[in-house]
Amino acid sequence: MARKLSLRIWRGNQADGGLQNVTVDANEGEVVLDVIHRVQAEQMNDLAVRWNCKAGKCGSCSVEINGKPRLACMTQVSSFGDEETITITPLRAFPVIKDLVTDVSFNYKKAMEIPAFEPPVGMKPGEPRMQQIDVERSQEFRKCIECFLCQDTCHVIRDHEENKKSFAGPRFFIRIAELDMHPLDILRNRKKTAQEEHGLGMCNITKCCTEVCPEHIRITDNAIIPMKERVVDEKYDPLRWLGSKIRKREGML
Amino acid sequence: MATGVFSSTRAKISQRTLRTDKWWIQPLVIFSVLILFIIYATIRAFENGHYFAEPLISPFYSPCLSAACETGSSLLGQPFGIWKILGMTFSPALFILIFPLGFRMTCYYYRKSYYRSFWMSPPACAVAEPHATYTGETKAPLILQNAHRYFFYIGLVFNVLLTIDAILAFKDSKGHWGHMSVGTLVLLANATFLWLYSASCHTCRHTIGGRLRNFSKHPIRYKAWTIVSALNHKHQEFAWVSLLGVAFADFYVRSVSTHLFTNLYFF
Amino acid sequence: MTNSLERHKYDILVIGAGGAGLRAAVEAREAGLSVAIICKSLFGKAHTVMAEGGAAASMGNVNDNDNWMVHFRDTMRGGKFLNHYRMAELHAKEAPDRIWELEMWGALFDRTSEGKISQRNFGGHEYPRLAHVGDRTGLELIRTMQQRIVALQQKDAREHGDAESHIKVFAELTITDILKENGKVAGAYGYRRENGADVLFEAPAVILATGGVGKTFKITSNSWEGTGDGHALALKAGANLVDMEFLQFHPTGMVWPPSVRGILVTESVRGEGGILTNTDGERFMFKYIPDVFKDKYADNEAEADRWYTDQDNNRRPPELLPRDEVARAINSEVKAGRGTEHGGVFLDVSKRLSAEIIKKRLPSMWHQFFELAGVDITKEAMEVGPTCHYVMGGVEVDPDTAAAVGVDGLFAAGEVAGGMHGSNRLGGNSLTDLLVFGRRAGVGAAEYVRKNPANPVSDASIAKAADRVQAPFTRSGGENPYALHQELQEVTHNLVGIIRTRNEIQSAIEQIADIRRRSTNVSVSGDRQFNPGFHLAFDLDNMLLIAESTAKSAIVREESRGGHTRDDFPGMNMQWRQKNNIASFDGTQVNVRQQPLPVLPKELFDLFDPHELEKYMTAVEMAKGGSN
Repeated sequence: MARKLSLRIWRGNQADGGLQNVTVDANEGEVVLDVIHRVQAEQMNDLAVRWNCKAGKCGSCSVEINGKPRLACMTQVSSFGDEETITITPLRAFPVIKDLVTDVSFNYKKAMEIPAFEPPVGMKPGEPRMQQIDVERSQEFRKCIECFLCQDTCHVIRDHEENKKSFAGPRFFIRIAELDMHPLDILRNRKKTAQEEHGLGMCNITKCCTEVCPEHIRITDNAIIPMKERVVDEKYDPLRWLGSKIRKREGML
Repeated sequence: MATGVFSSTRAKISQRTLRTDKWWIQPLVIFSVLILFIIYATIRAFENGHYFAEPLISPFYSPCLSAACETGSSLLGQPFGIWKILGMTFSPALFILIFPLGFRMTCYYYRKSYYRSFWMSPPACAVAEPHATYTGETKAPLILQNAHRYFFYIGLVFNVLLTIDAILAFKDSKGHWGHMSVGTLVLLANATFLWLYSASCHTCRHTIGGRLRNFSKHPIRYKAWTIVSALNHKHQEFAWVSLLGVAFADFYVRSVSTHLFTNLYFF
Repeated sequence: MTNSLERHKYDILVIGAGGAGLRAAVEAREAGLSVAIICKSLFGKAHTVMAEGGAAASMGNVNDNDNWMVHFRDTMRGGKFLNHYRMAELHAKEAPDRIWELEMWGALFDRTSEGKISQRNFGGHEYPRLAHVGDRTGLELIRTMQQRIVALQQKDAREHGDAESHIKVFAELTITDILKENGKVAGAYGYRRENGADVLFEAPAVILATGGVGKTFKITSNSWEGTGDGHALALKAGANLVDMEFLQFHPTGMVWPPSVRGILVTESVRGEGGILTNTDGERFMFKYIPDVFKDKYADNEAEADRWYTDQDNNRRPPELLPRDEVARAINSEVKAGRGTEHGGVFLDVSKRLSAEIIKKRLPSMWHQFFELAGVDITKEAMEVGPTCHYVMGGVEVDPDTAAAVGVDGLFAAGEVAGGMHGSNRLGGNSLTDLLVFGRRAGVGAAEYVRKNPANPVSDASIAKAADRVQAPFTRSGGENPYALHQELQEVTHNLVGIIRTRNEIQSAIEQIADIRRRSTNVSVSGDRQFNPGFHLAFDLDNMLLIAESTAKSAIVREESRGGHTRDDFPGMNMQWRQKNNIASFDGTQVNVRQQPLPVLPKELFDLFDPHELEKYMTAVEMAKGGSN
């Protein structure tokens, strides 16, 4: 039940490039990555595309399909109309390398800027005792497959190159939230640095990160907004501030 | 100097977006509904009349605090005299509306809606925004969004008052208890929606348990947090229902007050 | 070319950034050395993320009868006693420590009610033993290791002013050759996939942690990276591959639609009541219960169905037989013409369970099929068949140091190393294998480097390696690497797949040789910048060596054991249990010889019930009672 599929694939590099039309067979049940591979094997041997597991678990095949950031392996060909041309471009928030492959090193730089997990001093392996309900919030964020679609869609950096230096992006806000909610982590300044160094305040919670997340992590509701509220606790709430001073004086903290 | 998706290092694509779906419908609808609400609310706030039809009071005016208020509409008395600005009587609604307005303006859901539909920042996901620079909520005035929790607290006070208004609506127009009308239901629904909107609020979720590190040490707050979290999934829906609910309650009271129709009593 | 060559010097080069490679790198860095980590794809995308079930370690959190001895026994039993006993012993003893330390690096496993790490049951493990995080344990492991590397880099940034002063990750880089000088490892040569630029690494020790070989086969659960690079690099560097005939075929991989071909359908689908039927509608597994399992598995549908609600008074359904039995049964049905047109059988949960319960108990399976394949498993059956999942064979290593036998300075850990799992791997043992032997490789390599400092690479070696990388571009009009790869996959799938016979393997050996001859004439179009055709040219070369090793090992082992089934030799052979097949490369072809399997020492021998050992060992071996 093969059908002919019209694709427009962006080909090129940083110097130049554009959309190229190509027609390819598509079989029942196939995903966009399958037809990209068919184009690669039959018509464009040197077409560059990243992919690994082809099962939505590694987050490598992030591209934009009809303008939407998506995993090519999780996008069914049948979700498009018979006459529809499918346009596939590289991620538009990052520098392009070649064809559908972009330079995502920004994300690895940002990962380096988030202080690592810090267990209690003197705690030995095997000693930790944590309740399931205490680890579940952080576990949700650890589902992240680092496809960086949230980073790609986030207008703070997608539309403003100059913000990249001061904004960590949704993927790393969930990392900060994961650590701030981690039952064992002892670093106490994560809220402050989230706001002052990682650009949490730049987020205007327009939720595109949540919309594109293939793991359905509730990035905005469960990580960014709770972190914003925690930041308010520390920085913007005079009553909380007063309360913490009093508790400190009374030795309760 | 081109920035964003037109930066020199990015893939050269001339379109602002390649989305083929009707992405503009949602911001357009939200923009239109909010604008209509604002127009209606503004007219009603300045109308300074037809907000009370014993025992029903419009949520736009309750609790009517000014000495200019209609008899019977001031639940908490009339601590303020008649205010005049430039010789015009200051509508008591203006003092009331500031608070729900502040609550909704700083609400995490409404922020998303109006940043998208009014400010187009961004208009929709993966659609390039028209602004040259962007600083988010880091500077004044938007840094004031962080005051959301205070509006939430005040909002709770209003929820209590409007609930009392709904209970008072179990009276008849002569002040006798034990009756119920369509108006009672309207005010009850309004109060319920507002409670749901407040209870599902992100700040509420944070206050009730979100700020805890170890849920297992606070089992009751954890239980409450799981309930609020479930409601929080529906915050968007509650935000709209409660907004339309308030407008409808006001419209209902006004209609009864202007004798457009009669408030039908069940008993 | 050599003038502009990008050069790096490190104490240790780790090839592969999955669980084993990263664990090795952490250990080497903590020993004070500088480490380069090579990933073929982006950092954190390694195939380790695909592991679902969990990591087996006898922590005894759920059942405190568990200990390393029980785990050791289970592992040996699973491997049909062809395992290198010392590897199985080290693995069983050290696995709990390796899991616990992950927690100190931020991992969040699912918990027991006491707050300890929860452990789940899995096939072949006597007690609940698999530490897990839902069904994404592999992701948790790789992310934890990745974040541990970042933590060490942050520490280096504080102490040395440069995060990459002691550990640097080279993403999207392919290693094409291991370089040796004076008979010892001196470094490695490769190219950046991004722009095709050549890179030279000088390092006295190289740790291979490249994972598996699945892409040699047509239907596989492995990603494109599983092309046996480390196996081939080791062979070419003069190391040996042990028992390459043993490949684990997971019985239930998707065979249709093509978009999900090879992807695993977890065992729990059968555990929750999924039944296997052929195109005649027959529930065929009842025909395939081996005699040794007759007392544990139901021989009629009524009893099998009752088991789901009453496990104490009924025998298990035959769908829950060990992986190799189920895989063979499906294969037989398909070969007998009772399979689907796509070469599979039906696996159905929709008839037994309600849609609601399926979604609740098998959430990720439901999502996987719905989103990847558009198949709603609550309404229709899945089409499944055996998929190449794991290679038990691999580089012959010293168990304690992970040093490759025969090549000074070369180490191997994880799936690329052989011996640990014998003829068949137990589910859950691979994740702890990565950690235990990844760490040991790090220690082993660090000790080696202390005694054997830098070994400079000669210009002649560089020139030779550079020529090899350039070669595909110097030819034109040659063979298409994609076509050759497909041809190879057909040969391995049809002739050295799950069921083998002498004639078929012989034919495979000839056809593989033919493809290899033609592959020397592969040419690629385009330039060196991120060119998948170019990349495949090198992967293809590796896969051909693997296929040859597998076929040549398979043809000599005249018995059926674990992941090697010979139709012409259906039973286990006690003589063959005492032998490893050792494959080596002489520059033109792979040669296979036999080598005695190390004998169980007495104290480990005594851990077993002699009646069990009698099924595997000769009277002579039994009389000896292990070595002293």
